[in-house]
Amino acid sequence: MSTQTIPKPIEKPTEKANPLYDWVDERLGVSEMMAFARHKTVPVHSQSFWYYWGGISLFLFLVQCFTGVLLLVYYRPGAEAYESVRQITFVMHFGWLIRSAHAWSANLMMFSILVHTFSVYFMKAYRKPREFGWLSGMALLGIASVFGFSGYLLPMDELSYFATKVGLEIPSAIPWIGPAIATMLRGGPEVGEFTVQRFFALHVVVLPALFVPLLAFHLWLVQRHGNAAPPSVEALPASQRKSMPFVPNFLRKDLAMWLISLNVLALLASVFPWALGKQADSLVPAPAGIHPEWYFMSPFEMLKLLGNILPGESGEIAGLLLFTLGIALWILIPFYDNTKESGQKARAAHYFGLLAVFLLLATTVIGYWAAR
Amino acid sequence: MPPAEENDLKTRRAFLAAAGAAGLLYTAALAYPIYRYLASPNEMAMNATAVTEVTLKDAQKLPAGSVLMFKFGTAPAMLIHHLDGRWIGLTAVCTHLGCTVQYEPQADRIHCACHGGVYNPYSGANVSGPPPKPLKLFKVAVNETGVEVSRA
Repeated sequence: MSTQTIPKPIEKPTEKANPLYDWVDERLGVSEMMAFARHKTVPVHSQSFWYYWGGISLFLFLVQCFTGVLLLVYYRPGAEAYESVRQITFVMHFGWLIRSAHAWSANLMMFSILVHTFSVYFMKAYRKPREFGWLSGMALLGIASVFGFSGYLLPMDELSYFATKVGLEIPSAIPWIGPAIATMLRGGPEVGEFTVQRFFALHVVVLPALFVPLLAFHLWLVQRHGNAAPPSVEALPASQRKSMPFVPNFLRKDLAMWLISLNVLALLASVFPWALGKQADSLVPAPAGIHPEWYFMSPFEMLKLLGNILPGESGEIAGLLLFTLGIALWILIPFYDNTKESGQKARAAHYFGLLAVFLLLATTVIGYWAAR
Repeated sequence: MPPAEENDLKTRRAFLAAAGAAGLLYTAALAYPIYRYLASPNEMAMNATAVTEVTLKDAQKLPAGSVLMFKFGTAPAMLIHHLDGRWIGLTAVCTHLGCTVQYEPQADRIHCACHGGVYNPYSGANVSGPPPKPLKLFKVAVNETGVEVSRA
């Protein structure tokens, strides 16, 4: 028997007697959902802190939707993109704050998704029956980075222009079909108003349409399988495992984390307002010290280093291959490390994770060092 | 009620009131910038409507029996040079449901195509159809370089 505190059945005589509640309940099954919520529990152990990061990512995504719609009120893609962002930043009341909140929240969301990803990895929460949770999560991470990449171009300032130009060099290094893909994404041979227009369509229509259902699937899986406990906790006899009810105990803590996140975001967005550079101009040389956003620094630097080791086109292709292989191994980890026992495979997966963290951190540091 | 319990209830009430007030302040601090952000264009328009005078350059060359549409602040307005030489400035927004009205020189009337309202092109008076009020007249001053239209 677990030592969880089973919430006392809440007596709601008014509900029973309320004909309106009965009418709605009969059609929507509210009672079933409430019964489900009452029985949902969250494991309590020394690593419980990491359970908040999925919720924080979700909250920051909601902030992105909200601030994104506010920016949409005045943003104009295409040739006027820069002018409209200038107007939002300097003419509309508090426009600078809304834009700053959107940009900061994007960065915080990438950060919390990465924390969530690595905590899931090292707690081995991807094991049976949670493989789809892992796969959908990786897809969400992938879409989130495309969100970041496409959103970065929309202001059409110097930095967005060069970041997009350089970023699109990566797909164009794919053999044979690469240049065609890059041209298609760019909407022509050069980054310009057509690129902004199609990145805008991607950013506000295509990506949300992919992200939201996938997110719903991801959250539904969490309801279905519950939070995974780390193997060391799972190995304990049931009587030594602790848990807390989701409603209201964990939910209350979750919401407190949301409030903290909102405060951190408000502080960052108002104290460090996001800058708007000069208007993009292909004839003006790239500014000194230009570098990708921190979440793209590592892959960018890895490809660069591999390109140095293996110069030329073969190096580019080898780099991409190695990179793709690494990502594929990472994504497929639930099918390799698939047993509950902490054997050889579990240890190998753990070391692979440590190697990935080391590579990511090291290449990020090298990247910033080189861009000084 | 025992005094201890009563005291408990008082602190509880005070706490809830303070928490409620803090929550309201927090929400207001979030809502205020969003409201001002969304209201920005309206504020800009308000500044534009504060206009009391518009100078229409070269409008003195407007031939008799024709009309010049222009914006007085943000609202459409019309300058009519009548065949008898009179200059008339009017708002061009129908008082019925806000469509932009049209001067018809042949019929010598101002007509609204939306619901058939008709106004007098000299006084702005609502003559027939649904309009409840007349069009407002402006003061018009013609000189060699243009026409000055101002609030009457």
